[in-house]
Amino acid sequence: MQNGNINKIWTILGSVPDPEIPVISVVELGVIRDVKLIENQYVISVTPTYSGCPAVKTFQDDIKTQLKVNDIHNFKIDIVYKPAWTTDWMTKETKEKLKKYGISPPGKTVQCPQCDSTNIELISEFGATACKSMHKCVECLEPFEHFKCI
Amino acid sequence: MLDLEKYILRIADSALIISHRLSEWCSKGPTLEEDIALSNISLDLLGQANSLLEYCASINGKISADDLAFRRNGKEFYNFQICELENGHFGDTIIRQFLFDSYTLLFFQKLSQSKDETLSAIATKSIKEIKYHLRHSSNWVIRLGDGTSLSKEKIQNSLNNFWKFTGEFFEMDELDKKMAECKIGVDLYKLKNEWDNIINATFEKAKIQRPDDCVMITGSKKGVHTEHLEKILSKMQYLPRAYPDAKW
Repeated sequence: MQNGNINKIWTILGSVPDPEIPVISVVELGVIRDVKLIENQYVISVTPTYSGCPAVKTFQDDIKTQLKVNDIHNFKIDIVYKPAWTTDWMTKETKEKLKKYGISPPGKTVQCPQCDSTNIELISEFGATACKSMHKCVECLEPFEHFKCI
Repeated sequence: MLDLEKYILRIADSALIISHRLSEWCSKGPTLEEDIALSNISLDLLGQANSLLEYCASINGKISADDLAFRRNGKEFYNFQICELENGHFGDTIIRQFLFDSYTLLFFQKLSQSKDETLSAIATKSIKEIKYHLRHSSNWVIRLGDGTSLSKEKIQNSLNNFWKFTGEFFEMDELDKKMAECKIGVDLYKLKNEWDNIINATFEKAKIQRPDDCVMITGSKKGVHTEHLEKILSKMQYLPRAYPDAKW
């Protein structure tokens, strides 16, 4: 088979959750850039979200574990920096999942994930992880996290 | 050591050392939000340093990125001296960060056009993060400068004290010239005007004075540093040096 287990690998990767936001997978996050079969070895290209994000190391370990559990051993993970990760790679469905989880998804405007109001206040440009900022809804008064648009 | 390795170390070391300084704010920030902000920025810079040191180690082939961070002595570090200065009060840290962010943004924008693909890629990635850092630091410069008479006096003093360390940003030695000529590195002379424009505009909004030209501190490109670097290294490198076989 020319492609071997490539489809299977994508399916497995789709089941590896983001360590910080377990409601979406690493594929949905957009960090898996490519899976290729090169000389009998699967090369999985991964790009970091933020340079120093500690989750990058964690999900690499999770990927390795899941692939081995599924009996795939001939693989390596390649870190690629270009093109730089962007929240534009998230699909509409992924953004909807984030919203349901209580995180305002990346977009042109910041919207309260609870009541959809755009009448919001910035609490802090930095949050508990590198990818999020903190806001408060003026309408329903709920504080919430926003996935920064980069 | 190859020219390219040394050139990468200069960029990596500044990110690593200022990152370490910012990490010292963790749990000591003036507010919870600022504590988180400074730690976040520190983490981004540590990530940038890591990418660069990994690249340097891959060219070298005999040493690891950890070796480069933890097994070099002070004289083998090439970070700008402004990065190693003590944090001082919050305004001091903000001014140092503002001067550094505004410079590194311009530097990385040029480095993103490097002929070296990895350097270009790391720079492109870093620009997104540095823009965010610069927005944070310049907002604080404006807020403190255009704040109370006390905050204004303090931040003006901070700026005056750090000013003599900004000359290193635009110094070019033989290595810089060589790297710029072969289009891997950046022509630092060309960054000066734009940097002046950025900082002058912010100082104007902050209603603080740009310090007069003065004799600038120099030496980091040759591994010459203030006494503060050794103190950082003695903490930062303690564990891997005391327990060479430690794994983490």
